[in-house]
Amino acid sequence: MHVVVITKATPDDNATVRVDPQGVVTWGDKLVLNPWDEYAVTEAVLLQERYGARTTVLTLGNEAHDEALKKSLAIGIQQAARIWDPALEKHDSLQHSQAMAAAIRKLGDVDLVLFGKEFTDTANDQHIYMLGRQLGWNVVGSMLKLLQVDPTAGTLRLERMLEQGIQTVSTRLPAVVSLFDDINEPRYPSFVNIRKASRAAISIWDAAELDLALEPPAVEVLEYLNLPERVGNVEMIEGDTPSAKAQALVQKLMEAKLL
Amino acid sequence: MSTVWVWLEHSDGKLVQSAREALAAAQALGSQVVGIIAAGTPELVEALAVRAGQFGAQAIIATADPTLESYRFEPHVALLRALVDAEQPAALLAGHTLRGREVLSGLAGSLGVGALTDCLSLEWSEERLVAVRPAYDGKVLCRAVLRRGTVQLATLRESAFTAQPVPDAPSPPLQWAEAALAEDAIATKVEAFAASSAEVDLTSARVIVAGGRGVGGPEGFGPLEELASVLGGAVGASRAAVDAGWIPYAHQIGQTGKDVSPELYFAVGISGAIQHVSGMRSARTIVAINKDPNAPIFEMASYGLQGDLHELIPAITQALRAQLADR
Amino acid sequence: MDFALNEEQRRAQEMVRDFASKEIAPTIAEWDRRQEMNPAILPRMAELGILGINIPVRYGGQGFDYLTLALVCEELERVDTTLRVIISVHMGLNSMGVFQWGTEEQKQMFLVPQARGERYAAFCLTEPGAGSDVAAMTSTARRDGNDYILNGEKMWISLATKAHHFLVFAKTDPQATPAHAGITAFMVTNEMPGVTTRDLHGKLGVRAGSTGWVKLDDVRVPASHRIGEEDEGFKIAMSCIDNGRYTVAAGAVGLIRACLEESVKYAHERSTFGVEIGKHQLIQQKIAYMQQWYESARLLVMKAGWLKNVGQRNTRETSLAKWYATDCSVKAALEAVQLYGAYGFSDEYPVERYLRNAKGGVIYEGTSEIHQLIQADYALGYREDKPLRCELPAYNEDAWLEEADLVPA
Repeated sequence: MHVVVITKATPDDNATVRVDPQGVVTWGDKLVLNPWDEYAVTEAVLLQERYGARTTVLTLGNEAHDEALKKSLAIGIQQAARIWDPALEKHDSLQHSQAMAAAIRKLGDVDLVLFGKEFTDTANDQHIYMLGRQLGWNVVGSMLKLLQVDPTAGTLRLERMLEQGIQTVSTRLPAVVSLFDDINEPRYPSFVNIRKASRAAISIWDAAELDLALEPPAVEVLEYLNLPERVGNVEMIEGDTPSAKAQALVQKLMEAKLL
Repeated sequence: MSTVWVWLEHSDGKLVQSAREALAAAQALGSQVVGIIAAGTPELVEALAVRAGQFGAQAIIATADPTLESYRFEPHVALLRALVDAEQPAALLAGHTLRGREVLSGLAGSLGVGALTDCLSLEWSEERLVAVRPAYDGKVLCRAVLRRGTVQLATLRESAFTAQPVPDAPSPPLQWAEAALAEDAIATKVEAFAASSAEVDLTSARVIVAGGRGVGGPEGFGPLEELASVLGGAVGASRAAVDAGWIPYAHQIGQTGKDVSPELYFAVGISGAIQHVSGMRSARTIVAINKDPNAPIFEMASYGLQGDLHELIPAITQALRAQLADR
Repeated sequence: MDFALNEEQRRAQEMVRDFASKEIAPTIAEWDRRQEMNPAILPRMAELGILGINIPVRYGGQGFDYLTLALVCEELERVDTTLRVIISVHMGLNSMGVFQWGTEEQKQMFLVPQARGERYAAFCLTEPGAGSDVAAMTSTARRDGNDYILNGEKMWISLATKAHHFLVFAKTDPQATPAHAGITAFMVTNEMPGVTTRDLHGKLGVRAGSTGWVKLDDVRVPASHRIGEEDEGFKIAMSCIDNGRYTVAAGAVGLIRACLEESVKYAHERSTFGVEIGKHQLIQQKIAYMQQWYESARLLVMKAGWLKNVGQRNTRETSLAKWYATDCSVKAALEAVQLYGAYGFSDEYPVERYLRNAKGGVIYEGTSEIHQLIQADYALGYREDKPLRCELPAYNEDAWLEEADLVPA
């Protein structure tokens, strides 16, 4: 069984992201493995340990995205490749799904593609489901728990999240699966895999290598905007006792028709 | 003007709130609003159609087929693809729910077009849809335009649009369509579904009572739950509280948790770190309760109460109970 | 001169940072209040390989260099001193001592399980009446055939109730002159009859850690457990302390960083007189000093680490780094508490814990006063280091990664 995780390097959780006066998004430049993908990488490593799966991590982007690959290798993924072509620089979900599909075809023997919830930089998950249709594979979103994989029979059973409850589904491989938030306890890199990651060679595939004819982006970002400042007009509710404050608050909420 | 479709997600025999909101958004965008209903039985379709009419659907295209009874990606995407190919609407909207985003993104991939997801606002500009939507984990926004495709696809952030009931609307006419995939062409099978009322449905909650480090421990969430239940709301938490193991991760709001936009948000013992704020700043009204008068959360709140939350929360619950009993 | 960390050092540092901040930080204040050690810590550190970070792979370790050891200590003490104390005793004072002085058999017997984290290790030198004055110890070891019989009481022992292996110092020749010439080192295990251990409570700091005493009543220790030669114990103890001090110094750097980072955060959050307090010049001065202390202490530690990596004696540099870094950590914690104002006085915020923890660092592993004497003695030419029979091995990446499976799949 060959399991592929597709990831990206995105700004650190703790980074303050702002749009500068020139309209450029700034966050202090540090990039990390896309936080949601720590779950996907961990899940792939678990499959490697439990079922002897082969694991590959792919990313799309310039060399800054190697960080996501190296981190994935340090956590325990076996090999890495980076898809990059200047035509992909707009990080358009459709284009990216097409490039991902081409890379999956190039790998040839992939059974399962895993994704974290979304890429935080584009704040998008549509590439996951687009990829599913590009490949014509079965797609299950928001996996909560992997119940069973049978590589020989080519079947997969899992629990998935819906807003109203939990579905138990079975499907056939090959499949594209996205992970719900806390499906597992994300692994840290291990010291030995840190050594392997720093010694690993990363393949780079451009559009020609992937035999990919790219059209212009389907979605164009016209501009980035800072979040509207919330008005600093807090009305402090005063009162001599907690109960007086509470009653004053309830009164205010009633007047504002919030109850 | 144009025909705008809405994929009408439903659950338990009812339209979900985001579907009603999407109908309102469609009315603002199109001259003709058509609801798409896919369900297991004709009876369910008809009941949903009446409801959709009351929220602005002027016509319904519907499919009733056992393959569509439980949600699965493949038959829904295939059906929409067939309908879109046949009818060529100008746009198709859905709520940005787990299902809505899968189905519309899948359709986009199938058609080879783009989609605008998690839109906070949506408008036409030179016959293309332009949305304001999040970027960089919601820490900034972007304005984005769909450049390709005859049908334009968008999913709408829950609670970002307001549902508009249309009083005395006539029942919309129904046009029936066939399912696109037969059962034996669908590899994915639903074995079971466990509805969970207990599962925290933070994203669609109208009221959220969220606790942070100031709550002090797992037992501190009890009074918050009580307040939430009086208000018919859900309990949320900051990452600090979740990391401390006081409350399960499903309650976490903020950067590595959920993004919420309730009408009323109680931030209890939450200082207002950027990671939390990025997940709740689109709440309409924020009530901040904190011991520290300089907590940054007060800067973004509408109402602030400074003091001991262990005294204030039970007092608020009590005051609410009294008020609600009066009514 | 190269101040850059390599990719592997950076990633190891980041991994330990993630572990400490995600798994330990959220509940540390509670454990500190309860004066108990979070029982998950040692097994987790073992599982992650942290307990063998700078031991060669063929001895069960991870094969990283001595600089990485310092980075690990900094990250651990950034979250809480008790985490770094584990490394100080398990690695610095015990495992590195065995690595330096043990025979091949002893390395297999003690170092391998310690580096793998299967056995935890502690260091028993101090006694109720013998701290800085090591030679005043009263513990004894009497030869009896192929064994030694150990008696005595060791005090202020970190991991006393958690460790399996104790590196114990006792007098084989109580009459020796000078007195420290009659000391010998032994590896005592917690299963040996006559070993009693207990935790101490009521400490000012490191309350989330385990500190206690170890009592030895006619404990029969095989001669194969003697580390080094008879009467060589003092030299062994002193070289163990060179390594322990190094970890304390590196940890203190983390403690200064904790003060700095929490102060910067609070300086942005809190406002007085209409502006965030970071805009007030006297607050800025505190921040500036913390930055100065952090950078300068860190450079001293890195220099000592570099000396260890290249295999040069570093008693003098390590002592200077330890004295300076721990002194600065006390100053930084005092300033942090002051900057937080009344909140700094409350255990709702972490800075009061930093202050209580910092105070230990200027007392254990050589008080600041002892380090001043050492530094003066070196400068005045009263003290110089003689070569040891066994030196701490220099770092050698190829040798340390021998037997590591680094072949990609």
